[in-house]
Amino acid sequence: MNHEPKKMNETQEKNKGGFKDTDMQAVIGWILRIGVFVSMSVVVAGGILYLIRHGHSTPEFGSFHSVPHFISTPEGVIEGVQNGRGQAIIQLGIIILIITPVLRVAFAIVGFAMEKDKLYTFISLVVLTIIVVCMLTGRIG
Amino acid sequence: MSVIIFTVIILIGSYLAGLLGSLTGLGGGFIIIPLLTLVLHVDIHYAIGASIVSVIATSSGAAAAYVKEGLTNIRIGMFLEIATTAGAFTGAVLSIYVPANYIAILFGAILIFSAILSLREKIDHIVQHQSPLADKLKLKGTYPDQGEMVAYGVTNIVGGFMMMIFAGLISGLLGIGSGALKVVAMDNIMRIPFKVSTTTSNFMIGVTAAASAVVYIQRGYINPGIAMPVVIGVLIGALSGAKILVKSTSSVWLRWLFAIIITVIAVQMIYHGIREEI
Repeated sequence: MNHEPKKMNETQEKNKGGFKDTDMQAVIGWILRIGVFVSMSVVVAGGILYLIRHGHSTPEFGSFHSVPHFISTPEGVIEGVQNGRGQAIIQLGIIILIITPVLRVAFAIVGFAMEKDKLYTFISLVVLTIIVVCMLTGRIG
Repeated sequence: MSVIIFTVIILIGSYLAGLLGSLTGLGGGFIIIPLLTLVLHVDIHYAIGASIVSVIATSSGAAAAYVKEGLTNIRIGMFLEIATTAGAFTGAVLSIYVPANYIAILFGAILIFSAILSLREKIDHIVQHQSPLADKLKLKGTYPDQGEMVAYGVTNIVGGFMMMIFAGLISGLLGIGSGALKVVAMDNIMRIPFKVSTTTSNFMIGVTAAASAVVYIQRGYINPGIAMPVVIGVLIGALSGAKILVKSTSSVWLRWLFAIIITVIAVQMIYHGIREEI
């Protein structure tokens, strides 16, 4: 809102040089905004390419049979993007979107460390660890 | 039906889902999953995968605005994300083993529960004396309300944490944000003021959904052909919904209308789930 910048200046004057919660909120806001913007641009670009190539074929989503290699593994997606495949580009955009909140947690670790808040540096680290465990074990089971 | 028509239908449907989800505060996933499965006969796993992606987009888009306004309590959010991400991981792994028709029935039940909750009167309680654990975790905060800063405390951390594990589990299992359950944990159990609990819930939804999404994407639930129109449609719909909300105050009959629509959709999901048609 309009009165927000003034309030932030006041806090900064009181704590000169210190990294505050309000600074962290500003950075987190930017990470989320840029992440959504970039990922959506990539998804739209890939989507246009996909529709130009496959627009007139018949969709087959009625039964689940996993997705091909080039859209379910990081190496596959990179290879697909290099070959200009629309679906791989869409998937790249989706991966950027998924990474956005994870980056927000990673930044929080740095932010809380700068505030010298050990407890919350640790808590943020635990959250990031759980997400990394999800990434590494996603295929198992 | 060709891919292009299929895409346009999903795009329009997702726009409406995002709009309705934002107006009711229930989120886009609640409408997008029934639309994909019941109307377009898409497999429920693809529907869940597309839904979780749209959940991340709307949560991140909205959180960017709320965080700036100083409504979100990032410490409460971060602490409770331990519970929601752990729950989401469990739910996402379980979703592989739970038969599709059970998922549909559970989805319908949660949907009805959320519809009832959306009708409730929103009473703000401000706790001044918080529990020792909340002190240790530095959870108390202030938020701007009509130009003044209101101070609040937090109670019953353990109860709230448990509820958040459940909210995460449901999110991972059904591919929804489960914002309604998160608000129950913070508003009813931990007694956090409504403005703070709704925005902090939204803030947490993105990270919770990301934990499920990294599992889903590796298992092939996220199909670009479906996820693309869903994520674009829901995000634009949610943004228009937010604009409408700023301009108008929500009327009682409108909330009832939404609750009835949502209950009808929920009953459909349960019915098809029981008849194993999903």
